Amino acid sequence: MATPDRTPARPTPEPRPLTLKPAPPSSKRPVSRRDFLRRAGQGTAALAVTTLVPKDFLGRPKIFSKEDFSLKHFVEMTAEEKAKRVHELEEIYRKRFNDDRISISTTPAKEGVLWGYALNIGKCVGCRRCVKACVGENNQSRDPEIEWIRVLEMEKGTMELDESNCYYDHERVPEEDHYYMPVQCQQCENPPCVKVCPTTATWQEKDGIVVVDYNWCIGCRFCLAACPYFARRFNWGEPTWNGAVNPNMHYLGNRPRFKGVMEKCTFCIQRSREGQYTACVEACPVGARKFGNLLDEKSEIRQLIATKRVFRLKEEAGTHPKFFYFID
Amino acid sequence: MKFLQFVGASVRIALTGSKRYYAWLLACLTVTLVGFYYYLYQLEHGLIVTGMRDQVSWGSYIANFTFFVGVAAAAVMIVIPAYLYHVTDFKPVTLLGEMLAASALIMCICFVMIDMGRPDRVWHLLPVIGKPNFPVSLLCWDVIVLSGYLIINLFIPGYMLYSVYHHKEASKKILLPFTYLSVPWAVSIHTVTAFLYCGLVSRPVWNTALMAPRFLATAFAAGPALIIIIIQIVRRYTPYGSPGEKFEIPNETIYKIANIVVVALLISLFFTFSEVFTIFYSAGAHKASMAYLYFGFDGHPSLLTPYIWASLVMNVVAAVILLIPATRKNLITLNMACILLFIGIWIEKGMGTVLPAFIPSPLGEIWEYWPSNPEALITLGVWGLGALVFTMLAKIAIQIETGDVGR
Repeated sequence: MATPDRTPARPTPEPRPLTLKPAPPSSKRPVSRRDFLRRAGQGTAALAVTTLVPKDFLGRPKIFSKEDFSLKHFVEMTAEEKAKRVHELEEIYRKRFNDDRISISTTPAKEGVLWGYALNIGKCVGCRRCVKACVGENNQSRDPEIEWIRVLEMEKGTMELDESNCYYDHERVPEEDHYYMPVQCQQCENPPCVKVCPTTATWQEKDGIVVVDYNWCIGCRFCLAACPYFARRFNWGEPTWNGAVNPNMHYLGNRPRFKGVMEKCTFCIQRSREGQYTACVEACPVGARKFGNLLDEKSEIRQLIATKRVFRLKEEAGTHPKFFYFID
Repeated sequence: MKFLQFVGASVRIALTGSKRYYAWLLACLTVTLVGFYYYLYQLEHGLIVTGMRDQVSWGSYIANFTFFVGVAAAAVMIVIPAYLYHVTDFKPVTLLGEMLAASALIMCICFVMIDMGRPDRVWHLLPVIGKPNFPVSLLCWDVIVLSGYLIINLFIPGYMLYSVYHHKEASKKILLPFTYLSVPWAVSIHTVTAFLYCGLVSRPVWNTALMAPRFLATAFAAGPALIIIIIQIVRRYTPYGSPGEKFEIPNETIYKIANIVVVALLISLFFTFSEVFTIFYSAGAHKASMAYLYFGFDGHPSLLTPYIWASLVMNVVAAVILLIPATRKNLITLNMACILLFIGIWIEKGMGTVLPAFIPSPLGEIWEYWPSNPEALITLGVWGLGALVFTMLAKIAIQIETGDVGR
């Protein structure tokens, strides 16, 4: 039996004990991003095709699933078809994960809501608790490892992303003379990923969230190439979870994905559309993350945009993100 | 009925031949089957068996796809002189050019299919049953122009051979419109392929208006260079093209094609120079990827650095050989130049164009890609399939044209 190559993405370290004081000067320097990350031991996987029709985690044939041939694009399904589809999926998932609490919602966008996000880079300490919370909340694959949020460690004095390091691994954070810039899907108003998708498998919902129909994506990865924020992730192998999954699922959000399709941050669609904050907002120990309705003049996010020094990433790209960074 | 006779004869011709022919087919088939085996392996485990990851999400497959779109488009460089300028000695070559275009397109379609995470859902691209994002997504345009060009390049030689087989005069009313159509269509396939890349704001090094012109220039050098080699192989092993035969392809014709190659190659070198100057002199946002490609980072050469310099040297040497009349009109040096520039352009246009755009990643991460062994073997398998298809198509064409149909 063959062992496929593991993803080279370095495992994210467990969150470190948090100190708001600078780390002692003796702490190790981060590994330079310029240490080339060449892959070790690649390519000599023992090779065998075990069976021509292997099964995926749902017991369906891995290569050609009959299910897909009878499925419509999500936006073309009637309410009854959605209900039927969700019911079938719930049955399968409950059995597979041995969890009767699993429910899949298809809650649509509310009128008068346009979600926006703001992140205080003056406060972020780079603890990566948001990353960990996101992985758990959104049922990201543990092996191969998929993370929707990437926290960049930046040297003070520069905003140059090419100088950032996402593999920092210190005893304590924040590192002296550094600041942190977490990046996830910026939920662009003018999303290049949606434009290039050849099958309309990814689109922008009325509340501004860019979603993916995991059963419609053909896995061409054009959207990954088109995203200026490295916010999209591909399932290079069959995803795995360490037993339990988050049972509160949304069809366009955190339901388990499968091999060969794209996924991305959805502003925790399963939470935000039910009136909750996203998992990353709740997990942030320093309150650097803010989330709210951009169309509501009284919302915290509108106040922040009006009163703080706000900027958006790569504004020159013309993507108009609804993800704002700010400094007090 | 008549059509079935023609198809039957074609299949018979393709599957019968000398021992040497069978040995060649067997060699191609072996490479193809090895690739197919590893493709099944990839289907089972996912694209994780390749060297690609989120950081570098397109690799060997898309690089080779890009190159062979160019080879397919290059047939037009034979068709234009033959049908627009009535250079009569180019006419026997057009048949080979069209067969090459069809084979290259089949390879392109294979490369795209094997790169897909969910090839079982390819029907989502089709109208009515699927939901194509037309006209916004350039990939939809690519599906249209590539399949259209494949149909054109199978129809034109197919109809001509059908007429020859049944001893009829091929109707110019049918043939000429398609031949003329094939000229802009060839340009379109490579333009659309370039637009896939240059339309992305996320990859500064691709985001250049010179992408499509550069693609066409390199295509019109590499494709006809391959045709020069193919003509000589065909002349050597078949009666087609030999001196004194009805379908003679004299050396003079080869030298004329070499003229096309050298002009295209010089334009392509000029484009490369223009691109490199703009990027390095302005030293702006585009520089990181180009610097990675040509010099690596912090004094360490990248995995691609030796290849891109080798490519540049090969292209320049080939250009010099082709510029000097004495070496251009010597088949040995001419062939050397053709092989050099074919490899040089394959490097420049494949890995040299596709990979650097991903390095550094949009968030500045340096992650180097190299194809895994299964990935390399699958790529090789598609090359094997292309050789197999071209050999059989060329044999059918040659034997029907020369009247050796074994009836």
